[in-house]
Amino acid sequence: MSFLQPLLSGTLTGGVYALAGIGMSLVFGVMNISNFAHGDLMMLGMYLAYFAFTLLHIDPYLSLVLLIPTAFMFGFLLEKLFINKVINHPHQNQILLTIGLGLIMSNTALLAFTSDPKILTTSYSSSAFNLPGGISISVPLLLSFLITCVIIAMLYLFLSKTTTGMALRATSQNREAAQLMGINVAKMSAIAFGLGTALAATAGALIAPTYYIHPLVGHSFLLKAFTICVLGGLGSVVGAGVGGIIIGVVEAMSSTYLSSDWKDVVVFVLFLAVLLLRPQGLFGKKGGQS
Amino acid sequence: MLDIQNLNAGYGEMPVLRAINLTIAEGEIVSVVGSNGAGKSTLLKAISGIIKYSGSITWKKESLQGVKAHTIVNKGIVHVPEGRKIFPDMTVVENLMMGGYLCQKDCHQNLDKVFALFPKLAQRRTQLGGTMSGGEQQMLAIGRGLMGNPRLLLLDEPSLGLSPLFTDVVFGAIRTINAQGVTVLLVEQNVYQSLNISHRGYVIETGRIVLTGTGEELLNNQEVKRAFLGI
Repeated sequence: MSFLQPLLSGTLTGGVYALAGIGMSLVFGVMNISNFAHGDLMMLGMYLAYFAFTLLHIDPYLSLVLLIPTAFMFGFLLEKLFINKVINHPHQNQILLTIGLGLIMSNTALLAFTSDPKILTTSYSSSAFNLPGGISISVPLLLSFLITCVIIAMLYLFLSKTTTGMALRATSQNREAAQLMGINVAKMSAIAFGLGTALAATAGALIAPTYYIHPLVGHSFLLKAFTICVLGGLGSVVGAGVGGIIIGVVEAMSSTYLSSDWKDVVVFVLFLAVLLLRPQGLFGKKGGQS
Repeated sequence: MLDIQNLNAGYGEMPVLRAINLTIAEGEIVSVVGSNGAGKSTLLKAISGIIKYSGSITWKKESLQGVKAHTIVNKGIVHVPEGRKIFPDMTVVENLMMGGYLCQKDCHQNLDKVFALFPKLAQRRTQLGGTMSGGEQQMLAIGRGLMGNPRLLLLDEPSLGLSPLFTDVVFGAIRTINAQGVTVLLVEQNVYQSLNISHRGYVIETGRIVLTGTGEELLNNQEVKRAFLGI
């Protein structure tokens, strides 16, 4: 099989991983909190897309128009109700809280949606383009990737051009100084968590047509998002983007040339190698957080 | 303009400031001098609302007790923190724009004012803050503070770690800023230069004010000379 096939499909899947990683990285950068409920928020996004499709007959990609603001509000409220209570606490308290929130989400989903995996089958789920050289590109993967690119471009414009976006970056670079500039850092935290949640849910919805949907699927996505963030450098949005693509390609390559059972092994070996050789991540700064 | 009565503050169980009384009148440069760890930075942090305190801080007859830091900025008190704390991955202009975060109008005019005060910043508009030298970062930090249209500017150790050349630039700038109508509260270890440009000063030792007077009186005080100026 051509070398290009896993490279292409890996890049397409990696784009969606990147979206999940960017959400986690944004939250870490602005709030200095590792959100261990991130994978479960992705799972909720998958179910939202699934039910929008089966109950309301809305195409999973179109449903994003509703899903993104809903997820943002959900994240914003989660921050206001729970996360901001631990923002100045030690990391272990923050980890316990977010793991707890994640467990509540996944177990509520288990209760409500049962443990039967669901499959979201659209009319184009299994269609593909055939390129010369025997390469085929799955239509849903390509659509997901294109939507991901649009969302990342919009996020980039938001962070670099708008006052609120710049205030978010300022808060992540120096929280105390941001406060002294008159930036309401508590509000910035809620916005960052809302954005992180919206990005996680979007990644979930985008991956839903090509993945099985299950209440406990969040765990594997959490590990992936975390690996992506550490690979790119915790708190670096660009790093998370690149890290996502790398993980996608490495997974696809190892499924092709080794076996799909080995793909997680290869990903975590890579993860450990980065931790050993460049602990600050590919785009992180030496010395880590201040 | 600013009136502090019986201020006590600290970090957790650790008291740092004890029964501080201090007033600042409009148009003054007031400096608070003392050695490392005397509580100078804590005093500024209490005024700008980043730490909790007991006692009263009154700004234009309005109590600041319990007011959030970002609201205090809006009232015209801007704190330029120790160690500059500029945003390292933002350009000079972006840093300045963050200083004018609450600015509603005339923001570009403010930018021009800052560039007139520190022409070097105008040449470095697109440079990332983190790649500048300490002296340049200090100019940026002061410029960023001015973007918020302060009535009272709190400066924490602006000359810390600067070369004598940059120190002179910074103290010159403080005079200019004051001449333009901004009241200044200056916290410094550089006792001679800060008292020299100040109308009044306070000497703080282990969290207590031990001496107060005009800048000149303090410079000629035997205790100050012995303890800080090595004369």
